[in-house]
Amino acid sequence: MPKQILRWTALLYLLFLLVLPVGLIAWRTFGDGLAPFLESLSSPEALHAFQITFVVALWAVAVNTVFGVGMAVLLARHRFPGKRLLNAAIDLPLAVSPVVVGLALILVYGRFAPVGGWLESVGLQVIFSTPGMVIATVFVSLPLVVRAVEPVLNELGTEQEQAAHTLGAGPWQAFLRITVPGIRAALAYGVVLCLARALGEYGAIAVVSGRLVGQTQTLTLFVEERFQNFREGDAFAAATALALIAVITLLVTKLLRPRDTGEESR
Amino acid sequence: MIFLSLVVFIPLGAVVVRSGEGGVAAFWQAVRTPDAWASLQLTIGAAAIVALINLVMGTLIAWVLVRDDFPGKSIVDALIDLPFALPTIVAGLVLLALYGPKSPIGLDIAYSRTAVVVALLFVTLPFVVRTVQPVLLELDREMEEAAASLGAGPWVTFRRIILPNLVPAMLSGTGLAFARAIAEFGSTVLISGNLPFKTQVSAVYIFGQIETDNETAAAAVATVLLVVALVVVIGLDLVQRWAARRA
Repeated sequence: MPKQILRWTALLYLLFLLVLPVGLIAWRTFGDGLAPFLESLSSPEALHAFQITFVVALWAVAVNTVFGVGMAVLLARHRFPGKRLLNAAIDLPLAVSPVVVGLALILVYGRFAPVGGWLESVGLQVIFSTPGMVIATVFVSLPLVVRAVEPVLNELGTEQEQAAHTLGAGPWQAFLRITVPGIRAALAYGVVLCLARALGEYGAIAVVSGRLVGQTQTLTLFVEERFQNFREGDAFAAATALALIAVITLLVTKLLRPRDTGEESR
Repeated sequence: MIFLSLVVFIPLGAVVVRSGEGGVAAFWQAVRTPDAWASLQLTIGAAAIVALINLVMGTLIAWVLVRDDFPGKSIVDALIDLPFALPTIVAGLVLLALYGPKSPIGLDIAYSRTAVVVALLFVTLPFVVRTVQPVLLELDREMEEAAASLGAGPWVTFRRIILPNLVPAMLSGTGLAFARAIAEFGSTVLISGNLPFKTQVSAVYIFGQIETDNETAAAAVATVLLVVALVVVIGLDLVQRWAARRA
């Protein structure tokens, strides 16, 4: 029966590509109980990697939230020359290789580049330190908030905002009281996606951070370094921790995903 | 705008400028360096294979998720997004655990070109499924029933009625998967072993060149990748317009 064949082809494909590999890593990690897992993750290097990862991710999410909402408002509420170009440019980071992102940032903000050299002379080191990692993360997760918020803004329309204006609200007040509640769910969805992407970024961070163990090493870099140094237990534990974050993100986004974009604003 | 320029335009521009610094001849020479050229061939070849497999399997999975019904379907549906949520380095590690030297099922494909393709298949899985699925859901079943009542077999109905409606979504999903496969780094870095001329993809080549402070060579190959990405993005835009005109 062809229906059965289709079903089993699809399921077997997913089993071997997705379920077995991910399941195996969990089994390898938790095979000897929870203790080795926790022990691997509580080494000073691992804890430091956790800390760096979260600092970088939180900064990147904060920047992307502010500018993401700003750009979404710009795209949804204003007409200006070059709008189509801006629209296309926002999706660009999805198509650019993370390594190329890293290279691009080094060429501009590196120590031997004009901009980077000047920043260095005023005491701000970008590449091989936190600011560079934040910029790299912002780059790769740039479209997520914009693309989550923009369709909702389009859907909401401007009627309520105009009503607020006629009732004497300033632009800022109208934004906070009317627009923000309206996009709340979509914004949360975008932020969660952005956070997940930021926590999991590897390629761009690998280039920009210099991979200094104990200094700029994030969790993803920790996984790679431990694996290359034949400390598989540590690598698997950190990978499982990241995978757990990914699964939680997945569940949260499933709950937050705007079912139909015209949701209630209050 | 300033924010975008600082983060996106100026750095990407710097890559292109850097690659063209020595003139066209120097750029071409950097791209045609044997290992750079081999990495580009592998990257584009592997991405093409991955895109084709995704075109078939992605559509098939979307079909099963929409038209079939079995216990646990919603779990399978949720699993599709996992490769997007999973950090790429974890994806590579996970695949290496199953298909590497210590494979529990005795299947060791690590450090081969097959491994590169499998890693890329993993990270690009959701694209075609997630673009085809909503179109398939919206599709009017009456047309199919009409075709069937007029004596068309399931295959003819699929080819004449369903497929034409799905083609734009299938193409854009495949294009996205192709673009992603060309850019991919994290998942291939562990499982490919990065053997020049054999399994080294361009992203890894660029990474190696940066590590050895050969930024000009890195910029040249990066520019090629950027151009390919741009072509794909423009192609996707054209497909969408073509679909919108046809609808």
